[in-house]
Amino acid sequence: MNRRKIKSPSDLEKLRQEILAKRDPKKPRIAICAGTGCLALGARKVITTFKEELKKRGLENEVEIRETGCPGFCEKGTIVVIYPEGIYYLQVQPGDVPEIVEKTLVEKKHVERLLYTDPTTNEKAIHEDEIPFYKHQMRLLIGNNIKVDPKNIDDYIALGGYRALAKALPEMTPEEVIEEVKRANLRGRGGGGFPAGRKWETTRNAPGEPKYVIVNCDEGDPGAFMNRALMEGNPHSVIEGLIIGAYAIGSHEGFIYVRDEYPLAVENTGIALEQAREYGLLGRDIMGSGFDFDVKIFRGAGAFISGESSALMSSLEGKVGAPKPKYVHTSIKGLWNKPSNLNNVETWANIPLIINKGARWFTSIGTEGSKGTKIFALVGKVNNTGLVEVPFGITLREIIYNIGGGIPNNKKFKAVQTGGPSGGCIPERFIDTAVDFDELTKLGSMMGSGGMIVMDEDTCMVDVARYFIDFLVDESCGRCVPCREGLERMSEILNDICEGRGKEGDIELLEELSEVMKDTSMCGLGRTAPNPVLTTIHYFRDEYDAHIKEKKCPAHVCKALIEYYIDAEKCTGCLACLKACPEGAIAGEKERVHVINREKCSKCGICYDTCKFGAVIIS
Amino acid sequence: MDEDKIDKIIEEHRTDKSELIPILQDVQAEYNWLPQDTLRYIAKRLQVPLTDVFGIATFYKSFSLKPRGKHLVRVCLGTACHVRGGPRILETAERILGIKTGETTEDYKFTLESVNCLGCCALGPVMVVDNEYYGKLPPTKVEKVLHKYGYTSLSSGKGGET
Repeated sequence: MNRRKIKSPSDLEKLRQEILAKRDPKKPRIAICAGTGCLALGARKVITTFKEELKKRGLENEVEIRETGCPGFCEKGTIVVIYPEGIYYLQVQPGDVPEIVEKTLVEKKHVERLLYTDPTTNEKAIHEDEIPFYKHQMRLLIGNNIKVDPKNIDDYIALGGYRALAKALPEMTPEEVIEEVKRANLRGRGGGGFPAGRKWETTRNAPGEPKYVIVNCDEGDPGAFMNRALMEGNPHSVIEGLIIGAYAIGSHEGFIYVRDEYPLAVENTGIALEQAREYGLLGRDIMGSGFDFDVKIFRGAGAFISGESSALMSSLEGKVGAPKPKYVHTSIKGLWNKPSNLNNVETWANIPLIINKGARWFTSIGTEGSKGTKIFALVGKVNNTGLVEVPFGITLREIIYNIGGGIPNNKKFKAVQTGGPSGGCIPERFIDTAVDFDELTKLGSMMGSGGMIVMDEDTCMVDVARYFIDFLVDESCGRCVPCREGLERMSEILNDICEGRGKEGDIELLEELSEVMKDTSMCGLGRTAPNPVLTTIHYFRDEYDAHIKEKKCPAHVCKALIEYYIDAEKCTGCLACLKACPEGAIAGEKERVHVINREKCSKCGICYDTCKFGAVIIS
Repeated sequence: MDEDKIDKIIEEHRTDKSELIPILQDVQAEYNWLPQDTLRYIAKRLQVPLTDVFGIATFYKSFSLKPRGKHLVRVCLGTACHVRGGPRILETAERILGIKTGETTEDYKFTLESVNCLGCCALGPVMVVDNEYYGKLPPTKVEKVLHKYGYTSLSSGKGGET
């Protein structure tokens, strides 16, 4: 498309008016989430069915279809919202499409069964703000995802996009921008929580040219995907923040480092950069300010440790992405030994908000030490899984119960794991903790990038600790001894415990190893790696004891410590488990009680899943 | 090895060591793996030691030094998938294909890999075949998914490790 260059803030405003003038706010619009989550649930087919259906009815010019970013309620995908009314349809299948077109677009009625139904009151919710999952959130960053097509910059501009840039470039000096970000007390959203304004200032004042600015979208924490949702769903919000940051820091070259596992984020970011360039929002003399800046996208190649700042910069240099000792911070000597400012996707996305609405407004949200909102990935054993944006200071209970809708299948809540492999497990008795950087640290966990994995009574905490340590064994770069060897030894001990070979003294040995790793590892990975082990030992020592002393796994997870058998009273002899068993380990005849042959049983659990009568028991 | 093909890929980037990762990514996209002679050729063209090229190719998980199957099956073992039964999906896929994680079937139809998080945690457990995602997948449906990609019991059996 031929895009006219924006040469001044008033050009931007003019363009916005032109875009809005071309759009009829009353024209029906079907917004369909085309994020990775909904695509996994079949959104592509829903989109093509809508297109075919509209064409069939000759409505293709009357109704607009917009493929949008992820609005976060992944549990209920594919999500379809009909504007201008804002009717929120959940779990839409291709087969529902003709009915939506007929009933909602033609007859202006609701398709009741696709609306949100409250599980307790059975009441229907029509609009986003009536659905409990959304009602208790504060969606400053991801709220626009359902409104924009990430592949069309005009959608972002129509909503007021790039207005913060138009304010910062002519009206504010770089120092004033930094001052505003410092006053906002914006802390890094990637995990560390370091004040972004101070980091910017250090980079600006560091000797050496050129300076670099970098977006860290190497979101490796398992269980976290808010960066993916922002980068693929509303890339311009991140790019706008980055340009403002570059101006403040005095950088003319930026990088967006995207994880290899996020192909859609790579694609959408590439398109967004190209469109921003066509409008002159990147390149030379941005908006006539004399400021030059451009951005390159870099695709990671699959290494968790490359998300660490110095490692990421090594990777950008075309080297092995392993961390370096930080005697000198990367903000002073980073990429190619030049001052380099790296921030997380979510940190950058906060910048336009702060510039538009001011630090005073921003600091009115949150707690004493943590300002603004945070996006959490609420996943695991919780009813409403998805992305949740909340102000700091909200309690874990509000997140898990009011927004998340509690634990499925009437199971009991056991713990919530925050902070990814560097974080810890927080037990039920701290569920009323107000969530912010400092409170989570006090509990032995951390904010991390915002993964929040809910665990119920069927989750084994020793197995969780083993999971994280095994993850880190794979991902440790191996450069420093405490991390490389410490993790290997911890993995051996934890695997022994889970497999019934645990012995007295193992817990103490784990604690001792943890202390050494915390004190002596070179980078954050090794220094925080013991957290999942230490918190599970601290809060769930009885489970360790049960594994070690009684050789039992109370949650029935650790295979070596469990057996499957069939309850003769409940078994109806329906042959279902017998047919499903891949090992041929179940014997029996129709309407006769079945029996599991323990010799042959591989404990895969398929019989347990298959039995409709609850006759397969784990002991 | 088709030198022209590699030359074309290198020319699309700068002949600069910092472009090594994107160049290897493009070569892998072309061949589905990184044949040894291409690595030697790239090292020569970029004038970097072969050890550096191997260092990169072995450090990053997305590179493979062994031929991979026609279809890449990846099972997510991120935390959310782990607590929702991801390991059982992987075990089931291993059993059906008759190979271990990281291996390729004898007929080079399937390569099975685990991945640490695909970022669609709300849909766990997740399996991805090529670029198709299968969310909320029960172990009992794994075989059905593999059938879609031409799995027959003949496909199973060990080939090479990746």
